[in-house]
Amino acid sequence: MSTALATDSSSDLFRYVLRLGDLSLILGQRLGELVGHGPALEEDLGLANIALDLVGQARLLLTYAGEIEGAGRDEDTLAFLRDHRDYFNAVLVEQPNGDFAHTIVRQVLIDAFQQELYSRTLGSNDERLAAIAAKAEKETRYHLRYSSGWLVRLGDGTEESHQRAQAALNLLWPYTVELFSADALDIQMAEAGIAPALADVQQAWSLRMNDILAEATLTHPPERPFHWYGKRGEHSEHLGYILAEMQSMSRTYPGARW
Amino acid sequence: MHDKQAWPLYEVFVRARGGLDHKHVGSLHAVDARMALEHARDLYTRRQEGVSIWVVASKDITASDPSESESLFEPARDKIYRHPTFYDIPDEVKTL
Repeated sequence: MSTALATDSSSDLFRYVLRLGDLSLILGQRLGELVGHGPALEEDLGLANIALDLVGQARLLLTYAGEIEGAGRDEDTLAFLRDHRDYFNAVLVEQPNGDFAHTIVRQVLIDAFQQELYSRTLGSNDERLAAIAAKAEKETRYHLRYSSGWLVRLGDGTEESHQRAQAALNLLWPYTVELFSADALDIQMAEAGIAPALADVQQAWSLRMNDILAEATLTHPPERPFHWYGKRGEHSEHLGYILAEMQSMSRTYPGARW
Repeated sequence: MHDKQAWPLYEVFVRARGGLDHKHVGSLHAVDARMALEHARDLYTRRQEGVSIWVVASKDITASDPSESESLFEPARDKIYRHPTFYDIPDEVKTL
């Protein structure tokens, strides 16, 4: 660990790192549901690779969170033995896979967010977080290449694929508001030089999304004041089902090993 | 999307590391070259198999006809003098 932190600020850092870790973990779990169900063998593997990258990021982040907390919780304990109120991922990543357009739109929105976030975390005052961001940023650059390529193909494809991509975009867009609404914790992390200011992330994200949507010939959905607070532990009904599936093995056979 | 057979076939070539040739490793389906490259990355370099990938649309490869292999390849069979095996290599030459 790079800096000695007072108790209060270390519990804040713990919560912030959990936010990042949970975002990757829940999205990785969602994509994992598609293994064996992808629209083509090649896509099946492509999505599984992204899922594995995301779970890998979650492992690093949750391990770090556990060390910050200092209560003896490791990555597995944090992933498998927390209840949904103690998860701090944005609600967007809980949204169902839907049709392929939904999966891809959700992925583009998050990939672009993580890309802008991680690329601005490389110089974090927290060296451990900066190192995790350096690894994650490379992975995320590929994720975005993959997902934005697909969004352009769908949007600029057939009449049906365009219409499905636009419908998914309209449905999922409001959930992005939460990503950028900075609360006290976000502001504190930015002021401490640990995380970037979310306003900067949002600006870069918006420019990037405008470019992708234009290339995909999709219409920018109207902005709506619509708030979720997954970052605070207030989730959609979907998270309970995700956790039930993800945690059942670990809760049924505590401490089980391969 | 409904007819996966409509996705064209691409051949994939991977260079294992700098200085080596790209080697044919297999094929895959993709709708365009960009997707073929991404699929190739996801299918054929999962275990650090490569540092560079080429993809080529299979339809762009001109192949020799197996029914012509007699006339194409058998004439070389009795020309063993083309193999450089009749030379005595001086002991001083180490790198051959």
